[in-house]
Amino acid sequence: MRDRSKAARSLVLTHDALAALRDAGLSRRKFLQGTGALVVSFGMRGMWSNAAAQFEGGEVGPPHDQLDSWIAIAADGSVTAYTGKEELGQGISTAQIQLVAEELCVPFNRVKLIYCDTSMTPDQGVTSGSQSHPTNFNHANLGQAGATARQALLQLASKRFNVPVEQLTAADGAVSVKGDATKKATYGELIGGKKFAIKLDLKAPRKPAGEWVVLGKPAQRPDLPDLVTGKFEFVHNTRLPGMLHGRVVRPPAVGATVVHVDESSVAGMAGVVKVVVKDNFVGVVAEKPWQAMQAAEKLAVNWTPGKGLPKHEDLYDFVRNNKPTRDTLLVNSKDVDQTLAGAAKVVKATYHYPYQMHGSMGASCAVADVQGDKATIYSPTQAVWHQRSTSAMVLGLKPENVRVIFRRGSGCYGCNGADAVTYDAALLSQAVGKPVKVQLSRKDEMAWGENYGFAFVLDERAGLDADGNIIAWDHESWSPVRGNRPGMTTPGNVASGMLAGFETEPFIARSPAPEPTAYNNGTNGVPSYFAGSVGGSPKGTGTIKSERSLIHNSPSPFFTGPLRSPARLQNTFTHECFMDEIAARVKVDPVAYRLKHLSNERLSNVVKAAAKTANWDARPSPNPQIRPNGVEAGRGMACVAYEGDNGYAAMVLEVEVDQDTGKINVKRIVVSNDSGPISNPDGLRNQIEGGALHGLSRALMEEVTWDEEKVTSVNWSSYHSLPLGFDVPKIEVTLLNRPDQPATGAGETAITLTAAALGNAIFDATGARLRRVPFTPERVKGALGKTG
Amino acid sequence: MKVNGQSHSVDVDPATPLLYVLGEELGLNGPKFGCGLSQCGACTVIVNERAIRSCVTPVKTVEGMEITTLEGIGTTEKLHPLQKAFIEEQAAQCGFCLNGVIMTTKALLDKNPKAAKEDIEQALSGVLCRCFTHVRMMAAIESAKQEMTR
Repeated sequence: MRDRSKAARSLVLTHDALAALRDAGLSRRKFLQGTGALVVSFGMRGMWSNAAAQFEGGEVGPPHDQLDSWIAIAADGSVTAYTGKEELGQGISTAQIQLVAEELCVPFNRVKLIYCDTSMTPDQGVTSGSQSHPTNFNHANLGQAGATARQALLQLASKRFNVPVEQLTAADGAVSVKGDATKKATYGELIGGKKFAIKLDLKAPRKPAGEWVVLGKPAQRPDLPDLVTGKFEFVHNTRLPGMLHGRVVRPPAVGATVVHVDESSVAGMAGVVKVVVKDNFVGVVAEKPWQAMQAAEKLAVNWTPGKGLPKHEDLYDFVRNNKPTRDTLLVNSKDVDQTLAGAAKVVKATYHYPYQMHGSMGASCAVADVQGDKATIYSPTQAVWHQRSTSAMVLGLKPENVRVIFRRGSGCYGCNGADAVTYDAALLSQAVGKPVKVQLSRKDEMAWGENYGFAFVLDERAGLDADGNIIAWDHESWSPVRGNRPGMTTPGNVASGMLAGFETEPFIARSPAPEPTAYNNGTNGVPSYFAGSVGGSPKGTGTIKSERSLIHNSPSPFFTGPLRSPARLQNTFTHECFMDEIAARVKVDPVAYRLKHLSNERLSNVVKAAAKTANWDARPSPNPQIRPNGVEAGRGMACVAYEGDNGYAAMVLEVEVDQDTGKINVKRIVVSNDSGPISNPDGLRNQIEGGALHGLSRALMEEVTWDEEKVTSVNWSSYHSLPLGFDVPKIEVTLLNRPDQPATGAGETAITLTAAALGNAIFDATGARLRRVPFTPERVKGALGKTG
Repeated sequence: MKVNGQSHSVDVDPATPLLYVLGEELGLNGPKFGCGLSQCGACTVIVNERAIRSCVTPVKTVEGMEITTLEGIGTTEKLHPLQKAFIEEQAAQCGFCLNGVIMTTKALLDKNPKAAKEDIEQALSGVLCRCFTHVRMMAAIESAKQEMTR
């Protein structure tokens, strides 16, 4: 056991914690000596108990129902807010600072936000799924903490001045008596350095949007000055005293296992500290990164042959026929076959979507310091508490002895190699008893780091009446799955956890699908045009009453995970292209046809707004003046109620197609978006612009490839991404502000639409329908050859 | 070697890629590991007025040379016009690619201050941003170019 003072001295504060201390006018040493202001000993509660007794604290962190878990006010009036939703680059930290500043009536720059450190921040699960904004801005958690704190400060001032709360006003970090400027107390004077010691009040009144002065206005991101000058510390830049460097050696084929590791093959190499083997996990630790890289390259490992992979060109046959399946019905009016049989016309189409990568630009990295039965881990994970629990399993330690501190990685987009590399670092550090940084190689990241976005086969059938109205629609899809984010107990859900001997969450077959019991369109498996009736009242966004959505999942040969807009993109691509196909068959304008089959006001409004901004020319597709050769221009529309009700967006995309080369040139993208009340309009625009182009890259060129035993898309010449230097289209974003509605997600609306809007625009330009992503020039030419 | 105006001598394997010397030996955060294959631009530094990929540049090949990293072109107190423009345009999401984008563009604009849109696109054709902050970055570059030629 270390003694207290030694433990305190060895305590490593995060960049954010240090900055918070600095801003509060305290040094780290003072803080650790316990002579700092009370706010610090409370605010850094976890840190403090670390210093005193190491990693005190429950399994789930600071209690959500206590105000002190969320907000602390120092003697100088500065505010420290704690949140379990982290900054991955999506801009949520800026919006969260705005939120706290607004509810507390303090300027933006007086709030310091600390996020995702298991020693001090509340456990808010995973930063994912377009849930951060709803979680902290609607009536709970961080926003409610701000409102509770403001109410408590007003009550303290009420006592101090002996006037009722109604006669007080809070502004600029102080409470004053209305009409008497002499009676004024700053927050520092009222509470500074002390605990609130009250529960979160779910009834504390929130500031109405009409009174906002910080929220609702563009706020600059506080991290940018450090980012553009190279001061910002990514996890890749984390350096600990005495830190060593690790590299992993991954299997050469999917399913290959270790037969023998010949440690003598790296014996005598400069700087090599240790070869580490645990089940099929193999890694090397060295003094310097270059030494670790060379040793990992040279280490002789005997592997069994792989288990074989389905042929890449047969992927979609495999996806459709793979067994066993887990079947799910999202809606089933039970009359679809009958209505289709009686329809005046039936339209059918099949769509295909490949495995795609998150492909974060920096291969993943993590730093772990495992000393005996304690571990401190710096990780770009999206879920520090899940990572703590699963790292503890990987290390054989108690979760309470593991501290996970989020450090930003490169991008995110879902389940990149962040969790996998964290286990890598933990295992290697444990083996040598020293801090170890593990940097995955590009190939490690792409072949054995991340969980791929889902491949899909999707069948659509729609029945029309004599007037061209859709009277029935049948959606059936097939998609293989394996693993996921680790959760609290499943390190085997990602590659390195599995290699180290942990089971992947088992695939549980189920066929036939049980009847749905509640309406849930979280995956957008139900087209927007369905009435969405499950057990009575319709909860969907459309008018079609004869409806069925049936999903088949099966075991995937590759790890899969929630790549930005998981399944929602694949489903929306299909439904929105298919809707366009039907409108073309009926020979009506596709925007008007959409509106005719929508019942939801918010979704209809974004469709109208995008069409208006784009100056949409109402006519059927394709463009009536198509020539067979040369460059043709066209436009396409797509819309989505993301996850059914978590953000509404529509896109109009204008394209030029070179019919001779198959080359696609996107000229203009118009997006309209309704995510409820807008917190930071500039941050929202940034997400929508980025999402639209991310969607474009995925639609045009991204596809995982493999041979008979291994993944072959392992770098940027075999997995393609739109580079910065391409001819960037003009992007116009129309924001629909709905302060009367709850906050929704906004990071995945635009990306969900691009493939569909692009496919529809290509059809409009050329009459060729592309039903398989990515839309490579060869596929465009192929589709053109098929048109009569 | 001389990095951002300061002389350093390091005792490493001469084949070590420059990136690891800058990061682990000198503690610089600007140049980053993206791919290690000269495909993404994250590790870009400027040597002898040229943007090079430090992940594939053995340190011995730059011995004695002047190396400039992102840290060397401006500070938060005194920003380079490109850095200033990227803040003004809020041209970032995760920010991992910023080093490659800014350093590649700086080398181009230093050589050709009136670089046309096509020249800039050409220079950035091997630089990636996986958050796809392209629109803002191109706007920031255009704005910095105006500022630098004023």
